[in-house]
Amino acid sequence: MSAETLTRLDWSAPDGSTPPPARPGLARLTVVEMRKMVDTRAGFWLLVSIGLISLLAVIAQLIWGDADARNLTDYFSLSLYPVGILLPVLGILTVTSEWSQRTALATFTLVPERHRIVIAKLAAATVFGALSLLASLLFSAFGTALGILLRDSAGSWSMPASNLFQALLFQVLGVVMGVAFGMLLMNTPLAIVLYFMLPTVWQILTSVITAIRDAAEWLDLNGAMEPLSLGTLHGEGWGKLATSTLVWIVVPLVLGTIRLIRREVK
Amino acid sequence: MIRVQQVTKRYGTQLAVQDVSFQCAPGTVTGFLGPNGAGKSTTMRILCGLTPPTQGTTSINEMPYRKLVNPGRQVGVLLDASAQHAGRTGREVLNLAALVLRVPRARVSHLLELVGLPPEAAKKRVADYSLGMRQRLGIAHALLGDPSVLILDEPANGLDPEGIFWMRGLLRDFADRGGTVLLSSHLLREIEAIADHLVMIGNGQIAADGSKKELLASSGTLVRALDPSALCPALIRAGIEFTPNPDGGLLVQVEPVEVGKAAAAVGAVLTELRPADGGGLEELFLSLTRTGAAKTEAADLIAPADPTDQKPDKKVSR
Repeated sequence: MSAETLTRLDWSAPDGSTPPPARPGLARLTVVEMRKMVDTRAGFWLLVSIGLISLLAVIAQLIWGDADARNLTDYFSLSLYPVGILLPVLGILTVTSEWSQRTALATFTLVPERHRIVIAKLAAATVFGALSLLASLLFSAFGTALGILLRDSAGSWSMPASNLFQALLFQVLGVVMGVAFGMLLMNTPLAIVLYFMLPTVWQILTSVITAIRDAAEWLDLNGAMEPLSLGTLHGEGWGKLATSTLVWIVVPLVLGTIRLIRREVK
Repeated sequence: MIRVQQVTKRYGTQLAVQDVSFQCAPGTVTGFLGPNGAGKSTTMRILCGLTPPTQGTTSINEMPYRKLVNPGRQVGVLLDASAQHAGRTGREVLNLAALVLRVPRARVSHLLELVGLPPEAAKKRVADYSLGMRQRLGIAHALLGDPSVLILDEPANGLDPEGIFWMRGLLRDFADRGGTVLLSSHLLREIEAIADHLVMIGNGQIAADGSKKELLASSGTLVRALDPSALCPALIRAGIEFTPNPDGGLLVQVEPVEVGKAAAAVGAVLTELRPADGGGLEELFLSLTRTGAAKTEAADLIAPADPTDQKPDKKVSR
């Protein structure tokens, strides 16, 4: 390339005479964050494998599962699990990769109001949680139809709307917790390990130590979230979900946001 | 316009940057010069709102960075070319920035062409890029929003000689069209070739700040004679003070013509007579580099013997 073509290119006004355009809106930042989750090999294959595992779970149920469970509602509940386990990892990575890959430098240089990036990441994670429901519905419809066609199952197509709503809550809480742990710990392996370990350890302690069981159940997130996937959460369960969400999701989210906003970017 | 006013950054007891002030005017290239670890990158991070200063203020186009509306449209920043996701393609890195900056997609292809990343290279993942290619991508990223100010930390690192030449032309052109450029380097020669204005930093403090002309102005005249024993008495007779240069010549503080007259008076044969090199800048730069290194060395040497030393780990490691 010659020097001539270099200087001929149309960059316009480095003297700053044109007024700067508006800042990017939250919707735009959300789209950017969603795109950042899928445009790397790690993110792309994580999403693909989440989809594949969900599909496999439905197929396995179709082949080996209980004949009674070959209906839309049961397939749907089943397909939520692989997503519920893996999607939060995407939530963790969306934050921790900014530090491990050092993209935080570019991200926060372009958008210095860091809380807006936090909001965009949470929104992006929520959208992925919602989109995963569509995939789950698709796979469970596929399983139900195949069950009717190939295995002569009764294959009920009915599912209460509350199942859909509780499933949405199940996925969104999980992925938001991933983002929160990512922000709080800012280290991929540590965040992933603690994300899986802490609530599980708490659940085990709760079931082993009878003296604290009644109280500890109010902070048992795994236990509180399980009925959500089945669409059967009711009554006192909502209270337990609220208190355990507060401790395991809201508190890490608040502390993580403060840490992310304060942290020096290098 | 870039302003840095009395900026201090303290990490624990260590002062990374101390009372640093300087300005970069539109239409100029400012070279930010200093040995490694002098505080250049810290100052630039503070300028870009990434590191909060302990004291002092900075502004770009009269606004603190974090108050700028869509800052990428006013300031192009390249602080570390390696700080991009290794799994993303070069083009995708720019596409993402284009979305945030709200510039048309066509500008991405345009910038890729401008920095010399052909379409095949733009399709590759950043992990497969050489440092030179990353610098080119970083420069494209910085220019994407059509800014009026550029802040570049060691942009020539990893570029080949052709790339360095190209970048000089690019930055010169940017400044000539009214842009403000601040670029750092630890190499005096690199900065000398492009900057109009120099800010030198050492141990976190500004050591020199002025136009290149001023700072690189010659300080005296270098003279070399075939027979120094004939020239020296002649200089003394003419009342010209001289100091011997390590390489054999003499350094005097008068114009060459005075030296020539004095030499002619005694018929001394001169082999060289010219303005002396680079003023005190190079020496100052070297002394900054040396004191930086000397301090660390001295600390290391003293550490094992010094009973008051508070860092026992250092003793163990030696």
